[in-house]
Amino acid sequence: MPSMTVLAPLGMLGYGIPLRSMDRGLARDPAVLALDAGSTDPGPYYLGAGVPFVNRRAAKRDLTMILDAARERRIPVLIGSAGGGGGRPHLEWTIGLYREICRERGHAFRTATIDAEVDRTWLRAQIGAGRVRPLDHDRALTAAAVDGATRIVAQMGVEPFLAALDAGAEVVIAGRACDAAVIAALPIRAGFDPGLALHMGKILECGGAAAYPRHGSDGLLGVIEDAAFTVEPPNPDKVCTVASVAAHSLYERANPYELHLPHGHIDLKATRFEAAGDRAVRVSGTRFVPSATPTLKLEGVARVGFRTLAIAGVREPRLIAHLDAYLANVRSRVAETYPDGYRLLFHVYGRDGVMGRLEPGAAAPPHEIGLVIEVIADDPETSAAVLALARSVALHVTYPGRQAIAGNLAFPFSPSDLRAGEAYEFTIHHLVAVDDPGALFRVEMLEC
Amino acid sequence: MVPWARMRTIGEIATFVTSKNAGPFLLTLDIVFPDEATYRAFVARRPLDRATVARLYGLTPEDVVDIIEFEPAFAVKVTLKRPWPSGAVGETDVYGAQQHVPLARHAIEWPETV
Repeated sequence: MPSMTVLAPLGMLGYGIPLRSMDRGLARDPAVLALDAGSTDPGPYYLGAGVPFVNRRAAKRDLTMILDAARERRIPVLIGSAGGGGGRPHLEWTIGLYREICRERGHAFRTATIDAEVDRTWLRAQIGAGRVRPLDHDRALTAAAVDGATRIVAQMGVEPFLAALDAGAEVVIAGRACDAAVIAALPIRAGFDPGLALHMGKILECGGAAAYPRHGSDGLLGVIEDAAFTVEPPNPDKVCTVASVAAHSLYERANPYELHLPHGHIDLKATRFEAAGDRAVRVSGTRFVPSATPTLKLEGVARVGFRTLAIAGVREPRLIAHLDAYLANVRSRVAETYPDGYRLLFHVYGRDGVMGRLEPGAAAPPHEIGLVIEVIADDPETSAAVLALARSVALHVTYPGRQAIAGNLAFPFSPSDLRAGEAYEFTIHHLVAVDDPGALFRVEMLEC
Repeated sequence: MVPWARMRTIGEIATFVTSKNAGPFLLTLDIVFPDEATYRAFVARRPLDRATVARLYGLTPEDVVDIIEFEPAFAVKVTLKRPWPSGAVGETDVYGAQQHVPLARHAIEWPETV
């Protein structure tokens, strides 16, 4: 079989495609442009609120470059985890951006969208049938957690992409997807080994992250053959080395030897990484192990309240020395007015603001500390009211040996109190066993 | 301590020591060594077990999910259960990107040459 070249123009739509890398990548005549646009990394807010974590103008620039290239070269475009969280509003946000670009540039593509949101009735039935189990934690999924979730998505594998391509799509905009599947879909459809295709997908999904020097957003080329694939950065100032590519297998994963997808996993135990010239790495030996029971990974978040916060600094050594007693005093004075119905938190930078409970302990007291006062409450007005009181008490309350009686805190901003909006938490991170790994995901052709 | 050995921190021995979420419920720490000799010298000493890592982070050994040697990258990977899922109320590091220092500062017996 002749080789197939895949270009991942970047690791995250909206992080900025370097022009020169795009030109050099396209000069290698890729059969497809495929990219990941999402992650759970920025935390639960974006999935819950239904908003992207990238800037719209930046995403429009990147997508315009991709669609212009696709039109000129008549090659398909696959986008996974559209809009970041990959839920319905994220998909709609991306489709809106896509339509705007097509209108402005005069493009027309046969377009498929793939919905990754999970039907709650179906999921409750799966819980009842014992087909759901926790992933990376030990909390069983309950019907109450399903009902309480703001949004639930499932990660699709290659199957829905294949269905979209079979339906004639030139552009596929998919909700939450396994990042490797987006890039592996076209090679798998062409008959290449799924173990190699998915391993190549896993390396390409972060764009240039598998090349050194590892800075800035960039693209990556993958060339798949019958028994191996080669990865190479289109950026001439970067190189892929055995170390850079092998190390990427570690990234954001608990087990570098396995990568799980709905219909099985890839096994890297016999994988060989070899230099192919000065700038490319050839990878072989990765095996695909089909699963007897396909499983989908579920991600869901619930709103836990509304956040208000204030940022301040403390320079006074006597206050720093009495900090815990001082903060306890602030807490109890706030409780005199507002006994319950909120959570009040203090983040103490300079002490354990970065590591919290994992902090092994500091040596000398710092000469200054940063203090973030945070309130979470069920409604935004309660949150703001409690924070306002906590901030004013913290500014004026006394402590032993106090000399600086005019005020305890240095506020960098006016206003001091910042409404941070809704707060969410991940409440669903589970696997559900399914008969057909593609059945949950609705593929629709879009008039565009 | 054997005469030819001295104490060196993992951060001094390795090229990279880094932390990051592996999904919202796990934190994964990667130690990448500069070459095969250093990697082999490190894993031969087996300086990291669940109890040691747990002590560094104030966790229980059961919270240390796995310690995996990954020869293709000359790396050792340590995975911990997050005390709470990423971004929960009380979070200090949503991406988990700044939790590596206790591991990097952990000192082990290390020979003058490997």
